[in-house]
Amino acid sequence: MSSLQSFLHMGGYAIYVWPAYVLTFIVLILNVILPLKREGQFFRALVERKKRLEKAQ
Amino acid sequence: MFEYFYKYGSPRHFYDLSKMFVPWLGGICLILLIAGLTGGLLFAPPDYQQGESFRIIYVHVPSAWMSLFIYVVMASAGAISLVWKVKVADALARASAPLGASFTFLALATGSLWGKPMWGTWWVWDARLTSELILLFLYLGYMALQTAIDDRRTAARAGAILSLVGVVNIPIIHYSVEWWHTLHQGPTITKLDAPSIHPSMLVPLLIMAFAFMFYYAAVVLLRARYEILENERNSAWVYELTEQRKG
Amino acid sequence: MTANSTFAVFLAVLRRDLLIGLRHRSELFNPLVFFFIVVTMFVLALGPYADTLKQVAPAVIWVAALLASTLSLDMLFHSDLDDGSLEQFLLSPHPLIIIVTAKIIAHWLLTAAPLIVAALFLGLMVYLPQSAIVPLLLTLLLGTPVLSLVGAVLGALTVGLRGSGILLTLLILPLYIPVLIFSVATVDNAAKGLAITGELYFLGAMLVLSVTLAPFATASSLRVRFG
Repeated sequence: MSSLQSFLHMGGYAIYVWPAYVLTFIVLILNVILPLKREGQFFRALVERKKRLEKAQ
Repeated sequence: MFEYFYKYGSPRHFYDLSKMFVPWLGGICLILLIAGLTGGLLFAPPDYQQGESFRIIYVHVPSAWMSLFIYVVMASAGAISLVWKVKVADALARASAPLGASFTFLALATGSLWGKPMWGTWWVWDARLTSELILLFLYLGYMALQTAIDDRRTAARAGAILSLVGVVNIPIIHYSVEWWHTLHQGPTITKLDAPSIHPSMLVPLLIMAFAFMFYYAAVVLLRARYEILENERNSAWVYELTEQRKG
Repeated sequence: MTANSTFAVFLAVLRRDLLIGLRHRSELFNPLVFFFIVVTMFVLALGPYADTLKQVAPAVIWVAALLASTLSLDMLFHSDLDDGSLEQFLLSPHPLIIIVTAKIIAHWLLTAAPLIVAALFLGLMVYLPQSAIVPLLLTLLLGTPVLSLVGAVLGALTVGLRGSGILLTLLILPLYIPVLIFSVATVDNAAKGLAITGELYFLGAMLVLSVTLAPFATASSLRVRFG
């Protein structure tokens, strides 16, 4: 498995290369998750508002 | 033909139509990402001068390209919104800003991580990085203006004007910063772009650039859908959507 | 000249804004004092030695002038919004662009002219070389109208918003960067005895671009915000 090790080692530059990639993927994934969460929150808030209006009637 | 555009310029139809597109665009993005990363991380040979650290290029350069591309898209959507009053353009512009800011931030952060092994410092005021920093300010300013104005329609139109002012200024700012940098040229000359780049290194870069483009396309639609919901929250069709989601 | 001709309206608005500004003279002093204070801050931070100060003098003066100018932008539309004149301008049958241009010119006369005079004294205080003093004033003459013009666009976009003061500053400073870079380069070159025509032409070009586009953008911004 030494080729895997040398791959991860990145010729000694591992502490620069891997954080760069990890950071990129974190940002890309967050940009997908956060809007989806907000859409869910939006509908939940709307549903609650509807329930309150129906109760008021 | 124009009725076609007007129909899909309507928020409701856009909301329905985009639902189909997002997974396909996301799927293509994923395939391109896998192709680009294997090409860049596994198959491209290490650089003569920089060794393995050059591999950061595969996320740094596409991020920088996207940061500029997205601003232009944002400004164009703003112009369309101002001239033709297309509501979907408002949503696309507002949705693009956080993505543009994210890519600008990534360009700066990965640039810094690349700079440390290359030039020995975490930050250097080279012309391109300084321009990227200013671009980040422009994105953040746009987002700040959007949140400061309560009425979403006014906010969108104000943002459109701001992004148009920005897009006119970006070439001027970039030229000024480059010129400023040549004035203050220190002992280190930055060699960020090699004049000739070997195809085995270039092809994964281009694939990654396309991957990021498809990512942007998929995610901007995703975000724009949310913006449209917020814009149209008092309308009947949104009301009906909540019915559907509940049941 | 009839009472309602466009030029008469232009002069009327110009005269109005100048009168109002001159009546509240204390308001005009604030950016001026701020200018002096910021330069003093820099000197306190850098030390009083002529050799250091001479090198950073153009930069210090220009950054201070930039900040002072940004602070003074509030007075352009804020009080008009408060007392309802802005609404009257928007409803007026006369072109909004003309009204806005008159306001910008008045603003520049009230805020930049004192700054330019002050820069003369401040330049001497920070040991700016003799050869650079007139170029400094020239760059301010060319640059401050750009600040007023671009500031008017963004001031119109942000007037009356929550936190508009700092928001305006945040939005506008990136756009001022080219003026800053080229102005300081001009003064630096003049201090070293080098040619400055290229840089001055660039500043002139930015002025022309702003004069052409900013009034229209300002009027559009006011319409977007207030109909």
